[in-house]
Amino acid sequence: MAFASSASAAGVGACLITKTDTNPFFVKMKEGATAKAKELGVDLKTYAGKIDGDSESQVAAIESCIADGAKGILITASDTKGIVPTVKKARDAGLLVIALDTPLDPIDAADATFATDNLEAGKLIGAWAAATLGDKAKDAKIGFLDLTPSQPTVDVLRDQGFMMGYGIDVKDPNKIGDEDDARIVGHDVTNGNEEGGRKAMENLLQKDNTINVIHTINEPAAVGAYQALKAVGLESQVLIVSVDGGCPGVKSVAEGVIGATSQQYPLQMAALGIEAIANFAKDGTKPKPTEGKNFFDTGVNLVTDKPANGVKSIDTKEGLAKCWG
Amino acid sequence: MSQAQEFEKVLSGSDTSVAAFDEHKSAVRRIQHFLHSTPAAVPLIVLVLAIIVFGLTIGGRFFSSYTLTLILQQIAIVGILGAAQTLVILTAGIDLSIGVIMVISAVIMGNCAVSYGLPSVLAVAIGLAAGAACGLLNGVLVAYMKLPPFIVTLGTWNIVMATNFIYSANETIRDTDVDVQAPLLHLFALSFKVGTAVLTAGVIAMVALVLLLWYVLNHTAWGRHVYAVGDDQEAAKLSGIQTKKVLMTVYTLAGLIAAFAAWVSIGRNGSISPSAAVTDYNLQAITATVIGGISLFGGRGSILGTLFGAMIVGVVSMGLNMLGADPQWKVLLTGVLIIGAVAVDQWIRKVSA
Repeated sequence: MAFASSASAAGVGACLITKTDTNPFFVKMKEGATAKAKELGVDLKTYAGKIDGDSESQVAAIESCIADGAKGILITASDTKGIVPTVKKARDAGLLVIALDTPLDPIDAADATFATDNLEAGKLIGAWAAATLGDKAKDAKIGFLDLTPSQPTVDVLRDQGFMMGYGIDVKDPNKIGDEDDARIVGHDVTNGNEEGGRKAMENLLQKDNTINVIHTINEPAAVGAYQALKAVGLESQVLIVSVDGGCPGVKSVAEGVIGATSQQYPLQMAALGIEAIANFAKDGTKPKPTEGKNFFDTGVNLVTDKPANGVKSIDTKEGLAKCWG
Repeated sequence: MSQAQEFEKVLSGSDTSVAAFDEHKSAVRRIQHFLHSTPAAVPLIVLVLAIIVFGLTIGGRFFSSYTLTLILQQIAIVGILGAAQTLVILTAGIDLSIGVIMVISAVIMGNCAVSYGLPSVLAVAIGLAAGAACGLLNGVLVAYMKLPPFIVTLGTWNIVMATNFIYSANETIRDTDVDVQAPLLHLFALSFKVGTAVLTAGVIAMVALVLLLWYVLNHTAWGRHVYAVGDDQEAAKLSGIQTKKVLMTVYTLAGLIAAFAAWVSIGRNGSISPSAAVTDYNLQAITATVIGGISLFGGRGSILGTLFGAMIVGVVSMGLNMLGADPQWKVLLTGVLIIGAVAVDQWIRKVSA
């Protein structure tokens, strides 16, 4: 960590605004922020939208924070473009605004972004899948279980990252679905949950039941896909990879349901965010992005019990010790 | 006694035919009349047409027993919820809380079996009771507090959804844990292969439930009371039907069926995720019901129609999937189907006007 350990930041106000307070990922984020705030004496208030995509509550939350005289805001934005004017209001009022997990659009609309490198997360599982298949990688049949039709950034980065890691020409790296590699069976959307994962997997099997590699946007979608495969007795022919590193997901890796997953660290994101606000309150210093990137990379690890040559990974025991949710 | 005046002797010479409507003989009128007397016909015709159209455009891959039974697997949950929704809509009510009742029942079943280690049978029973209790709350508010069903269930939708998240801390119960500790919860995942067709216990449960409800609605006193209350509550009351009791049992039964849908959904999804509460199951159930020709004004429609309505949505979305269409087209087409169904319903009603 590049931060000097902060002295007490008593009396400094900070806000954490998450997409929802029901998703375990954000629950963990809140835990990390609360613990760090307590340690530094920061007065933390937390807000959340009602459901994923509820931007209105987030606008209201930022306005309350400005009125409250807070020093800084940590936000995982539901609407990365739509929230920008309200974020600008906060920065004009002298608050430090840090985007957590989800970059704003444009990314420099916030003072800093603390996030997982989702492209890297995708590359890791892609490289692992290719290395695991070895010679069979060049004639694999690959399916992609993505998030939603609107192709949010996180969806594009993980999907395209997987292709780069695997060795597929992505054409436009900002677009899912413009590739023409013969190994790609198709893409479908899951909404990031079990039911959507199962339905999407069933749809892809309808297209081609010789599929043997599946990229999934997150672990619930992966678990849903596994259900669909198990129902038709194909679970042993398919390699499933995923992203997230939540505790249930890591357990699924340990059980062999998921081959490998890229683990991210929401608790770390939030704790660093609180430190940054405390430092900013003390002497006005703003956090710097990671060398060569336009955001601060909070790290990602590949979790698998079947390490592949040339791809760095940790086992599920270590993964479980570091997991969230 | 023999001197009794026999006023009725003259009756033998009078007309004995019963009052009858004038029959209109035009073809359109006859079609209208047929559709009016068999409400499930329209969705069935649409369903057959949809299967034929996709069968012709996609070919054998779509028109195979495997694909058609896969569609049934995909609509089992919405079909069962639609059956519950149908009961409520037949009474001219609506239940917006039905989807979240299903989710909370699933979460309660899972927690009882996995986290508290209760026997599976008991866990399922507690889950079913929880669903029925939510339904009973709706029923009491609608029947005895005289509040409009839309408002009541809008309120309980929010209450139950929030309760679900608070109670569960949104922690997913994993497939493997359910498998190890409570295989009974996965009962409806059982599948039967007939050639290339695959039927799950969930699909069979959906069809059996709809047939059972169809029988009850058409051949029992309670069933006829449901229709009567929906057609004209005041008239039903005057003819001696205990309308409050009928309404209360309908909402309670809807909650119970939603909890049954929860059991089926655990079979399909394996794991139990509280975040399913944000999925619009309630609206999907209403969609199946409306496309199935159940009138939102109450008292009209056949529950078989709801089953066809759910199938229409399933066929359209699978067909468009296999054609590689943008998912948004599914949504658009569903909207067109809803409005079309209500327009047809209104046109058919003219027969009785």
